[in-house]
Amino acid sequence: MTTSDMIMYEEEYQRIKTIITKLRTESNAKLVFLVDKNGQQIAAQGDLENLDATSLASLTAGNVAATDGLAKLIGEKEFSILFHEGERDNIHISIVAQRVILVVIFDNRSSLGLVRLRVKKASSELTDVFERVVKKINHERESGRLDVESPFAEITDDDIDNLFTN
Amino acid sequence: MTFINYASREINCKIVYYGPGLGGKTTNLQYVYDKTAPSAKGKMISLATETDRTLFFDFLPLELGSVRGFKTRFHLYTVPGQVFYDASRKLILKGVDGIIFVADSQVERMDANIESVSNLEQNLKLQGYDLMKIPYTLQLNKRDLPNVASVDDMKRELMRKGEPVLEAVASTGIGVFDTLKAVAKQVLIELKKG
Ligand SMILES: Nc1nc2c(ncn2[C@@H]2O[C@H](COP(=O)(O)OP(=O)(O)OP(=O)(O)O)[C@@H](O)[C@H]2O)c(=O)[nH]1
Ligand SMILES: [Mg+2]
Repeated sequence: MTTSDMIMYEEEYQRIKTIITKLRTESNAKLVFLVDKNGQQIAAQGDLENLDATSLASLTAGNVAATDGLAKLIGEKEFSILFHEGERDNIHISIVAQRVILVVIFDNRSSLGLVRLRVKKASSELTDVFERVVKKINHERESGRLDVESPFAEITDDDIDNLFTN
Repeated sequence: MTFINYASREINCKIVYYGPGLGGKTTNLQYVYDKTAPSAKGKMISLATETDRTLFFDFLPLELGSVRGFKTRFHLYTVPGQVFYDASRKLILKGVDGIIFVADSQVERMDANIESVSNLEQNLKLQGYDLMKIPYTLQLNKRDLPNVASVDDMKRELMRKGEPVLEAVASTGIGVFDTLKAVAKQVLIELKKG
């Protein structure tokens, strides 16, 4: 396992869900979505029915990665916020704790100003949570507990083969 | 970067298809997509030029089933192989768990293969990875064409370690799943090591 591995535990997951639920309500948004920088969905809250969440996650990460690349090219550390305005829906993208992407999709029942304000507050709460997760992972790694708890320690060749037989 | 979610009992791994332009990376992904049951796959996204060359990436999420009660997902990505898209290739490699190198077996593409393996090594290093340590599989694609280099020659030029080498014809699907399986197996074995 590399040091950059992301692990999400029940306690922090619940906390994250609470924060984004509140963010969605307070900003009148249609959807709030958390993705890691590699395009893997962490949590979502809101109207997901008509939306392909996995695609959204991957494209958002691609978008942020490309924008990060642009920033470095012109000597900026990062562009911390991306905003795309549509005819009906708008999308607000920001980076939390340097590694997680927070996406808010909203229509004219909300406004950019309101979304910005609420995102700011939620961001600082989320940063706390993600810092706690990182601490926990490091702590468990150092104390060697991570290995013991890993559900994959006992994985067999049969388990792996079975994945491909259906 | 494997993402293990203990809360939702999911594990996500990222696999990247690398290799020279027109080698058949997108064709590999398309075949996997076509042959996978709808319940086990998401939408395939292709960010491509008007002439169907990969511009940024192709993406296909696969859900292969459960290991030890954890839903196991593989996110498959291809890079754009054309030399001048190097900046995009670097981005796609971020967080990679396993790599499939799709080599073009045609004799006249040998230099492009060699160039691309070395480009992969460099780009991995920039992201802090080591090709020698990461799960890796070499696919010799387009074995159906008349002007192909011998398997031995290709192995000699392109192999970097004791990686699995598989012959393939991605356009008809030969070797496509075997290649994916070869690398997925290594990724899961890495997880086992913890
Ligand atoms: N004969 C033959 N043609 C193949 C095979 N695999 C792919 N092709 C063809 O090769 C061409 C290029 O394939 P792609 O999959 O688009 O190549 P790519 O590696 O994604 O190329 P870039 O996106 O530019 O990096 C297509 O016309 C494919 O149909 C094969 O095994 N045999
Ligand atoms: Mg392609």
